Amino acid sequence: MDPRRLERGEVIDGFRLDAPLEPGGMANFWRVSRADIAMPLIMKVPLLRPGENPVTIVGYETEQMILPRLSGPHAPRFVAAGDIERPYIVMEFVAGRSLKTLLDRTPLPEADVAALGVKIADALHDLHRQHVLHLDLKPSNVILRETGEPGYGPVALIDFGLSRHEQLPDLVGEEVDGPVGTGAYIAPEQVLGDRGDPRSDLFALGVILYFLATGERPFGEPQSAGEWKRRLWRDPVPPRRRNANVSPWLQEIILHCLEVDPEARYATAAQIAFDLQHPGEVTLTRRAARMERDGALTVALRWFRARDRRPPRRRSVSGLLAHAPIIMVAIDLATGQENLAEALKLATHRLLDTEPSARLVCVNVFKISLVALDRYEDEQGRNVHLQRLIELKHWTRGLPLAPEHVTCHVLESADPADALVDYARKHHVDHIVIGARASSTLRRYLGSVSAQVVAQAPCTVTVVRARSDRSSDGVDAVAPSKPAARIDTTPP
Amino acid sequence: MPYINASCNKTLRILNETPASGSAVRIALFTDIHGNREALAACLAHAHDNAIDRHVFLGDYVGYGADPGWVVDTIAREVERGAVAVLGNHDAATFSDSYRMNDLATIAIEWTRQQLDGAQCDFLAGLPLAVADSERLYVHASADEPGQWHYVTDIYSASRSLAATQARLTFCGHTHLPALFNASVTGKLSAFQPTWRPIPLAPSRRWLAVVGSVGQPRDDNPAACYAVLDDARNELTYVRVAYDVDSAARKIRDAGLPVALADRLQWGY
Repeated sequence: MDPRRLERGEVIDGFRLDAPLEPGGMANFWRVSRADIAMPLIMKVPLLRPGENPVTIVGYETEQMILPRLSGPHAPRFVAAGDIERPYIVMEFVAGRSLKTLLDRTPLPEADVAALGVKIADALHDLHRQHVLHLDLKPSNVILRETGEPGYGPVALIDFGLSRHEQLPDLVGEEVDGPVGTGAYIAPEQVLGDRGDPRSDLFALGVILYFLATGERPFGEPQSAGEWKRRLWRDPVPPRRRNANVSPWLQEIILHCLEVDPEARYATAAQIAFDLQHPGEVTLTRRAARMERDGALTVALRWFRARDRRPPRRRSVSGLLAHAPIIMVAIDLATGQENLAEALKLATHRLLDTEPSARLVCVNVFKISLVALDRYEDEQGRNVHLQRLIELKHWTRGLPLAPEHVTCHVLESADPADALVDYARKHHVDHIVIGARASSTLRRYLGSVSAQVVAQAPCTVTVVRARSDRSSDGVDAVAPSKPAARIDTTPP
Repeated sequence: MPYINASCNKTLRILNETPASGSAVRIALFTDIHGNREALAACLAHAHDNAIDRHVFLGDYVGYGADPGWVVDTIAREVERGAVAVLGNHDAATFSDSYRMNDLATIAIEWTRQQLDGAQCDFLAGLPLAVADSERLYVHASADEPGQWHYVTDIYSASRSLAATQARLTFCGHTHLPALFNASVTGKLSAFQPTWRPIPLAPSRRWLAVVGSVGQPRDDNPAACYAVLDDARNELTYVRVAYDVDSAARKIRDAGLPVALADRLQWGY
């Protein structure tokens, strides 16, 4: 099929070609329709001509392999594909605008940079959970879905031609010697030929955030692979130098994404999304304070070391996701629950011992009443919210985690279980640890918060019980002299 | 259709386009069973629950294991029901001395010859070296000189096998190590280490699948290995099936076969 000779109104395998769209570098695009499919559709027709760059056909094969295996709102839904005599892919037409359309308005206000960053990070995390690395993340491949509501809709990532599915053959990597990607966004390890690190996508996200926050690309738009290599030793101008309105916390996040060594970057996109949503909780390091690029000597030393650098140790996406989980502990601060708080701490300690890269989020729910007027001060006039935060922080003492990996939040809700599940879903929590108070007749009738969390949580839940000294309701008839944790874990 | 080079045409069997082979089917591929009754029974039971339309056996039904007779009878019965079977080097060694094998294999084959009856020997002697079934080729070792039993272990040996046939999909065994090779439209070869996940076999490429061993896995995983080709979805899945290794190993020891043949089953090496 000669892609240049497709005509409006033509029907291919039942798909009617309605209107041509702007062609891309490696493919033509058509809006198409089929009577039995209500969803708006797009047909991507690769430009396969004799002597064409092999990346074109391999990119087509790759997209045809990966797209049908993706689900959820963060990628267009796959509909059909042609054969090799008549190659095409029909997929959902994602209604919305590409991130590229926002670029001429950069620098954007910080709140917009963060909001967009969260949407892209959400999409990346979902992609990585499905074992797919995008490897060509850039504004033109980021579509903001039109939802009809104010604010930015969820992001759909498009163009999986250079992508990699961790558990399937890497067709692009096998076909092409040397790096493939887009000069402005490609990660240092990709420049060195590594196509297996999910953190390459996090680097590209850092480039996007930098661009949105400053209006400039951190590494320009180098065209040749030789120039791409420069980012291995030359650090970008700090964002705050380019735009004084960039806060230290945002610079911290951006430069954390742009670390040359993937090990020094964020481990997962979920962690980036989390930080972007909690600016006050971002631990500021030297990255936040930088106002100048590194001096000539430092750069020269890095260049010297980078000369025969090999791709760093490869980390699989499932490995990274498994070893850098976000663990949420729901902590009951009520008086009389000290045993439970102790048991909860022991269980958390055990989890953290096995997962040193984990992020810990300590959450307490401040139950508000929908009918009564809520009091935010206690009898002594103390701010109850602040007091709970202080108690949460105190609870984390002694846990084997660096302070920057612990955050504390007090949520307010009439329905604690609902608030916890919501929070877990929104922040890609991988594991919830929650205490269950001792059983009682009343609780058996009303249901418990932990039971509701177990039933509704999107992830693994560990329910912790304290063996009580007091035998309550005859359940724990044999009381041990010291509190001991009992842990029930549900499968994910 | 010249699926394979001329020197072995006399041993290539070409299946007629039956309705079953023309329409979409799910094909289970088993290889290197090596007289391991427990492993084969577990794989066949697994395949039975896996909506399989056709069985293909890629050779080496005997040698090493303690139940060669049962295995040959089982496969002969499957062939009567429409299954495809090709000859492996251990099967050939039961009726021919032309191929040299290592000491353990030789001891095992000497023992195996005494276990097989005339009908079982005749069944093995009647097997073809390769079978072509529409766009698929089944062969025990490399398609390049099938009777010479070349191993397909890397992209170099894989390229020789792919060059010897025009079949889009080649299935073989012999190495006891699951592997998947493919050639792109530009002729570039690449290797892939299969996982449990179904692998889409891009129709624009040619593929060479080395199916892991049912009866003597050697990839540090003692579970029996077989593969399923889903013709409609154009996907290949490598399946691992846990089986009663202890019984299979005990029978090898009880039969007086070399203990090493029993031990290696426990570890899958």
